[in-house]
Amino acid sequence: MESFLTRFKNVLVLVAILLAQTIGLAIQVRRPVESGAPDSGQVTLLRYWAVSIVTPFERFFHGIGSNVRGGWANYIDLRHTRQQNHDLQEQIARLRLEQAAFAEDAIQGHRLQALLDFQQHYVSTTVAAQVIGTSGSDLSRLVYIDKGAKDGLKPDQAVITPDGVVGKLRDVFPHTSQVLLINDQTSGAGVLLTSTRIRAILRGSTTGRIQINNLTPDSRIKPGEQVLTSGGDQVYPRGLPVGTIESIATDPDHQPYTLIQLRPAANLNQLEEVLIITGTQPALPLEAQRDLAKGASTAEAQAAAAKAAADEQAAEAAARSAAQIVADRLPSMHDPDHPETNDIVKTAGAPAVAAPGGVVPHPLPTLHSDRYTPGSTPSATDLKPGGGENTPASNPASPSTTAPANPPSSTEKARKPKTQTTPAPNSEPQQPPNH
Amino acid sequence: MATRSYTSRRELEQHSFPPAVALLVPLGAILLQALLPRPFPRFAILDLPLIVTVFFAVSRRNPVAGTLTGAAIGLLQDALTAQPIGVNGMAKSVIGYIAASIGIQIDVENLTTRVLINFGFFLLNSFLLFLINRRLLGLTNYHILWTHELLRAAINTVVALPIFFLLDNTKRRE
Repeated sequence: MESFLTRFKNVLVLVAILLAQTIGLAIQVRRPVESGAPDSGQVTLLRYWAVSIVTPFERFFHGIGSNVRGGWANYIDLRHTRQQNHDLQEQIARLRLEQAAFAEDAIQGHRLQALLDFQQHYVSTTVAAQVIGTSGSDLSRLVYIDKGAKDGLKPDQAVITPDGVVGKLRDVFPHTSQVLLINDQTSGAGVLLTSTRIRAILRGSTTGRIQINNLTPDSRIKPGEQVLTSGGDQVYPRGLPVGTIESIATDPDHQPYTLIQLRPAANLNQLEEVLIITGTQPALPLEAQRDLAKGASTAEAQAAAAKAAADEQAAEAAARSAAQIVADRLPSMHDPDHPETNDIVKTAGAPAVAAPGGVVPHPLPTLHSDRYTPGSTPSATDLKPGGGENTPASNPASPSTTAPANPPSSTEKARKPKTQTTPAPNSEPQQPPNH
Repeated sequence: MATRSYTSRRELEQHSFPPAVALLVPLGAILLQALLPRPFPRFAILDLPLIVTVFFAVSRRNPVAGTLTGAAIGLLQDALTAQPIGVNGMAKSVIGYIAASIGIQIDVENLTTRVLINFGFFLLNSFLLFLINRRLLGLTNYHILWTHELLRAAINTVVALPIFFLLDNTKRRE
């Protein structure tokens, strides 16, 4: 017997260790009935010891990393901050307008919910936490956060980011907690397809993808459709974004169901900070109510501004039509013989129309100068006494379009002034020259 | 004429390690394994605890020590995951035992041997995990993607070689 033990010592040790672990596995898989549920007390104790060994180092290295990153981000890498700030301000302005658009619908929705006595639960309190470590295995999608039972966390509380659902708390230790990610093979959640309103169960997989595999083929379900939490699992509050449908195919393992693959809304591979939902309430939180009120007031202001703009536009249009009538009746501004100049007149007249009575229209540059054109009058030194023919007209007529195609020179004009004074049919009657 | 005496490889090259190394290196491997995938998610493909298990097992050339080292490292690794405790423990116990048994038979200092044993043990680890999850735990949706496993084995082998070289310096020859 002794020789047997000595001879097969190695194998016996291996068998004993494997047997002990198999028994341990059998005990563990019997205990938690639900997948992803916390372990029994003894197993939690083992995990707690392991976590207690590892997490101090994780916190230490995470602290160093945070300080280095913080130093870089807060003091050194501040390039483009001004531009970013400007962009963000613009984004806020845009979001305010969007919020205003949604506020009306939201208020109406709340009113209808109240009428139907519908019990909606809103996120009221959250605890922010930082991710300090992972499970280290791609077969177990799990991360560790730096908050635990001392911070009010409990198992099965939902963990989210502003982008969407991350997972739920599994084991909670005094200062640390395990977050079981939604793409772990043991994870699950009740979800709702936004456009078709179909309810489904979402599961993780060994490959780290999230999928729905309890739906039969439905032509209404299309890639790109958004998926939200349905609230039916009592873990995730209703309406949190989960992901977007990426592909739909027949499930080879479960015919005739379809396998719907989703792209998670939250970036599960690069988690830094997360929020743990520690409380929900039937009414909207105060801050959300304030936001809603602000959105509603913005919507009202927007509507008033739109109305004022419409009124102003109407007044402008009325003034414009009046100015147009005046412009049409002005004979010097319109000549049927030269329509090309009429266009110029109209174009030049536009600004004056925009502000009726406020702007005096400028005379247009002369197309064909004649003796009435300002600036074409000969200087006093050139004038001879008694030379009445050289006396310029007292009325510097408007840039009359009655000028001939080939205007004579100034001397010719001086010699034959009468040929240029023939009034046009539509032109204003001209005054005789002032002798 | 030179006299020759028979001495087994085990007697010739059985190594031991200072207690600090034997304790801190596996702990460091598990810690790095938990820390690295957070900033670099692709690093989750590595299995540093398995590399350390194989190294200590083939260096000590003692199947009992290899089994116990593998079990301890695997159990600690399991405790940090959401899996039942014992999945990695069982797989690494078997690998520790086999690695130590192989270490007695062949020259594990050779580079080619190291490449082959690392690659082989990573594939064996994947297969053992598949068996445990599928057969013992009854996870019917647990699949194994062999292309991915081959890639994982190749990457881990490449990473294992410099680690083996570094850890060679910590050996205490007897």
